[in-house]
Amino acid sequence: MAIMFRQETFRDDFTYRNSPANIHRFPFPFDRDEYAYSVNIEPHVPGRKGTIYESLIDVDEHYVAEMADRALVLKEDPLRYQALPHMMQAQWDVLELLMEQQAAGYPEHFSLTRNGDRWRWINRPLGIDDTFTFGARETLPYEPLEYIGRQTQGDLCIVDQRDNNLWMDAGLVTTQADWSLDFDVGMNFMEWHGPVPLAHGMGIFDRALKFLLNLQLGQPVRRFNWTMTVNPRLDTSPENYHKWGRDRTTVTPVNVGRKVHLRVELQTLWRLPRSNAMLFVIRCYLMSMEELVTVPKWARRFHRVLKTLPQELVDYKGMTRYRDTTVEWLSRHDDGAPTSPGIWPD
Amino acid sequence: MSATSTIPVRVSEIEPVAESIKRVRLERPDGRPLPPFSPGAHVVVSMNDGGRIRRNPYSLMSEPDDRGYYAISVLRAEKSRGGSAFIHDVLKAGDELTISHPVNLFPADKRGRKHILIAGGIGITPFIAMMAGFARDNVPFELHYAMRSRAHGAYWRDLVASYGAHRIKPYFSAEYQVLPVATLLENQPLGTHVYVCGPDRLTDCVLDAARNTGWPAANVHTERFLAPAGGKPFDVELIRSGITVHVGEHESILEAVEAAGIDAPCLCRGGACGQCETSVIACDGQLLHHDVYLSDDEKAGGRKIMICVSRFEGTRLSLDL
Repeated sequence: MAIMFRQETFRDDFTYRNSPANIHRFPFPFDRDEYAYSVNIEPHVPGRKGTIYESLIDVDEHYVAEMADRALVLKEDPLRYQALPHMMQAQWDVLELLMEQQAAGYPEHFSLTRNGDRWRWINRPLGIDDTFTFGARETLPYEPLEYIGRQTQGDLCIVDQRDNNLWMDAGLVTTQADWSLDFDVGMNFMEWHGPVPLAHGMGIFDRALKFLLNLQLGQPVRRFNWTMTVNPRLDTSPENYHKWGRDRTTVTPVNVGRKVHLRVELQTLWRLPRSNAMLFVIRCYLMSMEELVTVPKWARRFHRVLKTLPQELVDYKGMTRYRDTTVEWLSRHDDGAPTSPGIWPD
Repeated sequence: MSATSTIPVRVSEIEPVAESIKRVRLERPDGRPLPPFSPGAHVVVSMNDGGRIRRNPYSLMSEPDDRGYYAISVLRAEKSRGGSAFIHDVLKAGDELTISHPVNLFPADKRGRKHILIAGGIGITPFIAMMAGFARDNVPFELHYAMRSRAHGAYWRDLVASYGAHRIKPYFSAEYQVLPVATLLENQPLGTHVYVCGPDRLTDCVLDAARNTGWPAANVHTERFLAPAGGKPFDVELIRSGITVHVGEHESILEAVEAAGIDAPCLCRGGACGQCETSVIACDGQLLHHDVYLSDDEKAGGRKIMICVSRFEGTRLSLDL
């Protein structure tokens, strides 16, 4: 079934909204009423129809608008795309993976035809029909990672594997929760996770790294991460902090339902075949509190999660100024009834 | 990680290439392309040897960009556990096997400015794909290849013909030629990486020489294979469920428990997330911990086991499941 792509903005007038059907496929990340750190990694296998797991690279109603926002970010700040020279083969791996997955999941919107190294890629929502030579940089308008990244929802990081570590050696990052590729490029797994509170002492990153170093071809994995964002803004980068930081002071009991958004990242990790590098896709989903409370189970559970969240995490996630206002507003939608197991709506 | 993702293949060609070495060419029976792979990668080949499943890792030595087939080379091991003898004596063209997806635990460092490859005997196999990659990317490399004799060595004539005598140096011990490891490592430019694959004696010699001449550890690479997932079969008593399940050679406790229709909590299936942590009620024998979740103290304590990857050897194991 063809997706109806919305025309909307993630800046200025913020016309971004989720349709009722899209709310129901939102990846609500909490499977119980309190939040605890864990190595919440599981195999990334196709899931139920009508969920974001239907295809391994999810395309939804926000695709066209997100790609337009990404193009604006890149125009203002070309350093959101960076790739070290030894990552060119990994870039081609990523281009192939994302073209294959999008064409397989959404044949009415994307198609890939291969004739040896001559490939034809059609992206109907964006009006693209390009023929190029796989492996030949000069036959594409951009480097391969930037080319396919301008046509894929979610931030893309390619990490190289060497010396028993993972290194952030390429990326296209425009929808990030307050971290900077320009700052992190070239760092290893422990370095780029340096700022995260509590988890280092719990050994979370040691375990996650050991697990990821063993990631196998054909067996991608996924995990959730989450935070909150005031206004449906994709580009909450350190580079643009002056534009969005002050939004956090604008939340009032009257506008909280409309302004405050749950921001969920579905992170998928894929071993790449030719380069032995790894692709991290960090896909951002946004949902306002007004939209969230249309699902009673989520309203009850998110109220309880947010209320009991440790202060270190509230501060780290930048929610200090508006957490209490949001908890107060959500409490009106929590009747104290028990919630069912799992993340999906009842 | 559970090896659920396998690829069916058919032997399209099997031929001797040197004394005790056969080259096997594998293609998909349905003619579809195989996954591309990175030089240095290996696959685990599963063979059905008269009802007994044997699994051996072999380096891929075909052109990494050619998705039409994979090639491996197999030395008949003197003390073969059965896998290499099966390939030499039983396997023939047209036979079907399954292989894992390629795994690379011996990759070339993509930032290297020069690569020195040191092979002993059948250790040549991962370097054949690596050299194809270096040649394609126009990266400087040299191969130093020690063999017992001209007849025992595989591929050396072809390699000299392809890459030139200035890059390919064979050494035959039957002719009293010695691979000069120490002199080789003494004077190399910054940014050089060295790789060794062959008998333990050769590997140790290269590692010692590299240490003695001050090489950074990150520039010295030795081949590793993925440890086979299985182990000896055993029985597990599940106290709460009131049954005993048999854990086969190539399955995990978790898989055996699931096959018995019992729903055990799990998530990553790779020994990292902690979800399948299970209490050990009785244990006459030894727990073989393969996870990265439990601390060393917890592992030594013997009261917990991660059933997705860890195993047991002994007479009796009872779990709180």
